[in-house]
Amino acid sequence: MKKFVLKRLLWMIPTVLGVCILTFTIMYFAPGDPASIILGTTATDAQLEELRESMGLNQPYLIRLGSYLSQVFLHFDFGTSYTTGVSVVSELMERLPRTLFLGVLSIVVSVVLGIPIGIYAATHQNKASDYISMTIALLGSAIPGFWFALVLVLIFSYRLNWFPAYGIGGISYWILPIVSNSFMAVGLQARQARSSMLEVIHSDYIVMAKAKGVQQRDVIYKHALPNALIPMITTAGSQFANSLAGGLLVEKIFSIPGVGNYLVNAVNNRDYPVVQGSIIILAISFSIIMLLTDLVMAAVDPNIKSQFAGSSKRKKK
Amino acid sequence: MEKSAVNGLEHNQTLKKENQVIAVLKRMRRNKGAMVGLAVFLFIVIVGILAPWLAPYPYDQIDMASAFQSPSLKHLMGTDNMGRDVLSRIMYGVRYSVTIGVVAMIISFLGGTLIGAVAGFYGGKTDQVIMRLCDIVQAIPSLILNIALATVLGEGFVNCIIALGIGGIAGAARLVRSSMLSIRKMEYLDAAKVINCPTPQIIGFQALPNAISPMIVQATMSVARNILNAASLSYLGLGVQPPNPEWGAMLTAGRDYISKYPYLTIIPGLVIIITALSLNLLGDGLRDAMDPKLKK
Repeated sequence: MKKFVLKRLLWMIPTVLGVCILTFTIMYFAPGDPASIILGTTATDAQLEELRESMGLNQPYLIRLGSYLSQVFLHFDFGTSYTTGVSVVSELMERLPRTLFLGVLSIVVSVVLGIPIGIYAATHQNKASDYISMTIALLGSAIPGFWFALVLVLIFSYRLNWFPAYGIGGISYWILPIVSNSFMAVGLQARQARSSMLEVIHSDYIVMAKAKGVQQRDVIYKHALPNALIPMITTAGSQFANSLAGGLLVEKIFSIPGVGNYLVNAVNNRDYPVVQGSIIILAISFSIIMLLTDLVMAAVDPNIKSQFAGSSKRKKK
Repeated sequence: MEKSAVNGLEHNQTLKKENQVIAVLKRMRRNKGAMVGLAVFLFIVIVGILAPWLAPYPYDQIDMASAFQSPSLKHLMGTDNMGRDVLSRIMYGVRYSVTIGVVAMIISFLGGTLIGAVAGFYGGKTDQVIMRLCDIVQAIPSLILNIALATVLGEGFVNCIIALGIGGIAGAARLVRSSMLSIRKMEYLDAAKVINCPTPQIIGFQALPNAISPMIVQATMSVARNILNAASLSYLGLGVQPPNPEWGAMLTAGRDYISKYPYLTIIPGLVIIITALSLNLLGDGLRDAMDPKLKK
């Protein structure tokens, strides 16, 4: 197990490095001259040229990439914002906890609600309750999260006045963002849980357990669920990516000062160091969650662990 | 001799493929959800094609005197802040939203097929390198990658399609690769190699057609996802720009009036949901029909 964890951890380094190179390269081609973004339209050509020179903007791509990577990896420095002049890292570190809070809680809600709904539907296959819960789940997977957030704000903030429409504060501020951000994930998780439960529920060992006279409850939770759990864990992990990305819009709608909001505003202001830094931080958070997902999966499924820890060089696909 | 062997092989495959297609369609016909999804989606597409004849008003006809009219017989879905008929705009919007979804999916799958087929067919080092690159791209959540690409490309209809299309390549490549892996060791591929069939031809004409079924399901669902992501990009001001009647752009324009005129936000959202739902239902039905084991 140690070897597996170590290998999986080491693999994160090239991934994060790759993400940095990819993000830098995409942003390298972004239109607009950073010098004129910083100095504004009143600057003279000489001032612009001087700033370009001091920022190293006249250097070739590879040199700029190299200095960016050394800045990020050796000094953990994403540069300063073009518009505010504030260090990107300090802003990100202040905002990241809120974004992660929203993302993690959304996934927790999706697991806590989605899996029981899926199990219930699978054990009542083709009955009315199955159809109803799956219709809701299907609806969940087709609703744009930000639209749902707007509708929730309309109903619960503007009309009923139950929850604040924006800002951060006590728990009441977080309810609408979490509900809107997790709705899609609940739907997808419920559908995944149902289909993976259905797959195992028809296996011979379940029939055997039933034939032995094991109680229905135990058949489901002790015999079927552990075997159906792996796809559900994968879904939860990959939904985290969606909830980080969807959280972007939710943060914007509810004016939550998180990484997403920071990124969205930076995109509009063409503040590229902030865009780069935010994308990299979100990708690293996502990679860590995927790492945790893989570790949980390995703990549940010995097949996966053996792929990494065994003599075979083949990696998990 | 060789030629007749190849012909025989191809003949058998076409026969098998046709039978499979018919069998899948027959199984799908029994799936009510899939048929409803298909019918709704076809209806939406037809409305989009016939929009100039079906729409009661031109989509860009401004009439300030009748701005913000709630849904009525004259304007079934009401009018927006400039008095434009929302129903007409929704109808024309099909041309934007569904085209974005479909064309972006085609770009993703063309790119993904090329990369994934090479990775899956050759295996070994090639596969390792390509898949690790896909890992890196996929470490960035898809909407965020789309935002980054859209930032570079700039807003607009075509750029939105390109951003979504490129953003989906890695996912499609992974899918094609895994279905190629499953048929890599098949005898008919060895047979094709033995008779000296060129590799691109083996990949394109022998391997891919047999690995295509999981791709069709995902392609259907990815159209839905693209429509949702295009709406998100519009919401962030990176997608299709107003006054073009893309659904996401309409929804975004309605946001400013949400407390007084909620229908301007709710209606485009509902249309997006119905479209995405119909595609998901269709995708589910196709998956069940292609893999009858799942539907016990």
